[in-house]
Amino acid sequence: MVSVFLENENDAIDREELYMIVYENVSKKYNDVTVVDNLSLTINDGEFVVLIGPSGCGKTTTLKLINKLIKMDEGTISIDDKNIMNIDAVELRRKIGYVIQQIGLFPNMTIEENISVVPKLLKWSKEKCHQRVCELLELVNMPYEENAKKYPNELSGGQQQRIGVLRALAGEPPIILMDEPFGALDPITRENLQDELKVLQKKLHKTIIFVTHDMDEAVNMADKIVFMSKGKVLQVASPEEMLNKPADPIISNFLGKLSFSPNGNDLTCADVMKKKVLIVPETKKTLECVALMKKRELNSAVVVDVNDKFKGAVTIENIREHGKPGEMISKILDTQIETVMITTNAKEAFDKLIETKADYLVVLDRDKTVAGIITGSSMTKALASVVWGEEN
Amino acid sequence: MSILGFLDKYGDKLIKAIGVHLQYVFISVTIGLVIALILGILLSRVPKISKIVIPIIGVFQTIPGLVFIGVLFIYLGMKPITVIIALSIYAIFPILKNTYTGIVNVDESLKEAARGCGMSNVQILFKIELPLAMGAIFSGVRMSTIYTVSWAVLAAMIGLGGLGEFVYRGIDTNNKVLIIGGALPAAILAIILGLFIDFIQNRITPRGLKGGK
Ligand SMILES: Nc1ncnc2c1ncn2[C@@H]1O[C@H](COP(=O)(O)OP(=O)(O)OP(=O)(O)O)[C@@H](O)[C@H]1O
Ligand SMILES: [Mg+2]
Repeated sequence: MVSVFLENENDAIDREELYMIVYENVSKKYNDVTVVDNLSLTINDGEFVVLIGPSGCGKTTTLKLINKLIKMDEGTISIDDKNIMNIDAVELRRKIGYVIQQIGLFPNMTIEENISVVPKLLKWSKEKCHQRVCELLELVNMPYEENAKKYPNELSGGQQQRIGVLRALAGEPPIILMDEPFGALDPITRENLQDELKVLQKKLHKTIIFVTHDMDEAVNMADKIVFMSKGKVLQVASPEEMLNKPADPIISNFLGKLSFSPNGNDLTCADVMKKKVLIVPETKKTLECVALMKKRELNSAVVVDVNDKFKGAVTIENIREHGKPGEMISKILDTQIETVMITTNAKEAFDKLIETKADYLVVLDRDKTVAGIITGSSMTKALASVVWGEEN
Repeated sequence: MSILGFLDKYGDKLIKAIGVHLQYVFISVTIGLVIALILGILLSRVPKISKIVIPIIGVFQTIPGLVFIGVLFIYLGMKPITVIIALSIYAIFPILKNTYTGIVNVDESLKEAARGCGMSNVQILFKIELPLAMGAIFSGVRMSTIYTVSWAVLAAMIGLGGLGEFVYRGIDTNNKVLIIGGALPAAILAIILGLFIDFIQNRITPRGLKGGK
C-alpha cells in the first residue's frame, strides 16, 4: 500500500539538491530565560533525527526555529548552505512539512481540504491535488470515499493525527518537522505508522526531524538521536550508542527503564520476538504475495518451503524491481537473511541485529520452521519488560 | 377594536410602515456590518491597542439613542439620512466587538499550523480566522439587527415614518391600540429577522463547525 505514493514521489524529488540543516551557536531567550542555549547541530540530508528530552527542554522551540515560526536571538541556521534569514518565511514553510504538537487540523475544512492546503498554496492543478489526497489517504488505510468529505471533528483522535501527518507530506517537501506526531495514537497504530514513516523516509530520502518524549519511539525510528536538556544538547548518537553509552547521568536517568539491565540476561528470543509474521510458501506467485503484503500492511514476508522450513525472505521492493508477474517468489528470494534460534539469548540476538545492521532477524524453531522475527522494536519491548515486568 | 377592525383601518399604513422600518434596519445593518468587519479585522491585528480602544467605543453605545438622534437632527436636519447614520453607528458596535473577539479567540495552534503550512497573513485571515469567527460575527449581526429594529422606532420621533409612527401617535392621542399596533409588529419583526439570520448562518456554516460548540 505504500507503493503508489512512493513511485510518484520519486519523480518529484530533485535529487541534485541537498538539504543539510546546520545550527550554529543558536540561542533563544524568553524574557531572561534561555530556552535554547548555544546549540550547534548538523542534520544530514536524508537523515532521520529524533529530538528527545524531558518536557520543557526546548524541543519544540528548536524545531520551530527551522521554519522561522520562532525567531532566534543569536546564531544562524542554514539549510542547504543558505542562511534561513535570507529565505522568505512563507516560501520556506511551503518546502518544509510541519506536524504541530496539537495536530491543528482546520475544523472549517474537510479532510480533503486540510490535506490539500499546501498543494493549493503551491498552485498545483485540481487533478493533481485530488490525486495526491487519494494516494495519501490510501497510505494510511483511510479510503477516500469514506473519509475525504468528513470534517476533523468527525474523526477519531488517531485518525486526526494521521491526517496531520498527511497534511505535512502533501506538498512533497524535502524536509519534514514532526512534533510528537503520534502522541495520541494507540500503541498498535503508533507502531504501524512508525514503520510506515520509516520505510517512507528510507525510500524517499527525506530529512525528518522528529520530536518525542518516548525513548521506544526514538530507538525505533532514529538514525540519530539528539538528547536535549534545559536547552542544551547533551548527546548526539545512534540509538545503540545512546543505549549503551549514555554520555550524561541525566540521559541514563531518562533511559533508566530502557538501558540494558543485567536482569535481561535470562531473556531468550522466544520472549521478545514478534510472532505476527507473514509467512508464504516459496511456490506463491509474486502478485499474490504482493497482495498479501498489502492486505497485512507489511513490506516483507518470510518464505518457507513445502515442509514449512525457512528458506529466506522477500520484500515488496524486491518483487517490484526483479519480479515478473506470474513468477514464483522462489526465483527472487533473498536467502542471505540473518537467523537466530528461538533459544538464543535475547541480548545476543540484539547484538547480532545491531552488528549486521539488518532490519530484522528471523527466529527459527529447532526444526527450522519460522517462529517469529526480531526487530528494533522487539528490543525496546524487551528492555521495557525487564523493568516493568511482562507487558500488559 | 378587533384585530380585523384595526387592520381594516390601518392595514395599508401598517404595511407601508413595516416597509420603511425594514429599509432602515436593512440599510443601517449593512453599513454597520461593512464598517464593523473592516474595523474588527484591523483591530484584531493590534490586540494591545484594541484592549483600550474597544471599551472606549463601547461607551458610545451607552449614549441613549434619543439623545444621539436629537443631536444629529440638529446638524443634519429632518432627513432619512439622519436616521440611517444614527442607526448604522449603533449597529457597528455589537458586530465589531464580536468580529474582534471571534478572530482573536481562534486557537493559537491553528494559526500556527496555518503559518507552518506557508500561508501568508492574508491567507490565514480569509481561510482560517474569518471562517472560524463566523459564528461570533453572526451573533453580532443578529444582535445589531434586533437592536436596530427597536431603535428605528425612534425614527418616527423626527417624523420619518416606520412603525414608531404608530407608537408616537398612540402616545400623543392616548390611543392604546395604536401603541400596540406599532410595538407588536416591531417585536414580531425582530423575532422573524433573528430567525432569518439563524437560518442563513445554519446554511453557510460548514458541518465541521456545527455542534459541540
Ligand atoms: N512563548 C513563550 N514564552 C515564554 N516561554 C516560553 C514560550 N514558549 C516556550 N516557552 C518556554 O520555553 C521552554 C521550552 O519550551 P518547548 O515548547 O520548546 O519545550 P518542549 O521540549 O517542546 O516541551 P514538551 O515536551 O512539553 O512539548 C519551556 O520552559 C517553556 O515554558
Ligand atoms: Mg513540545
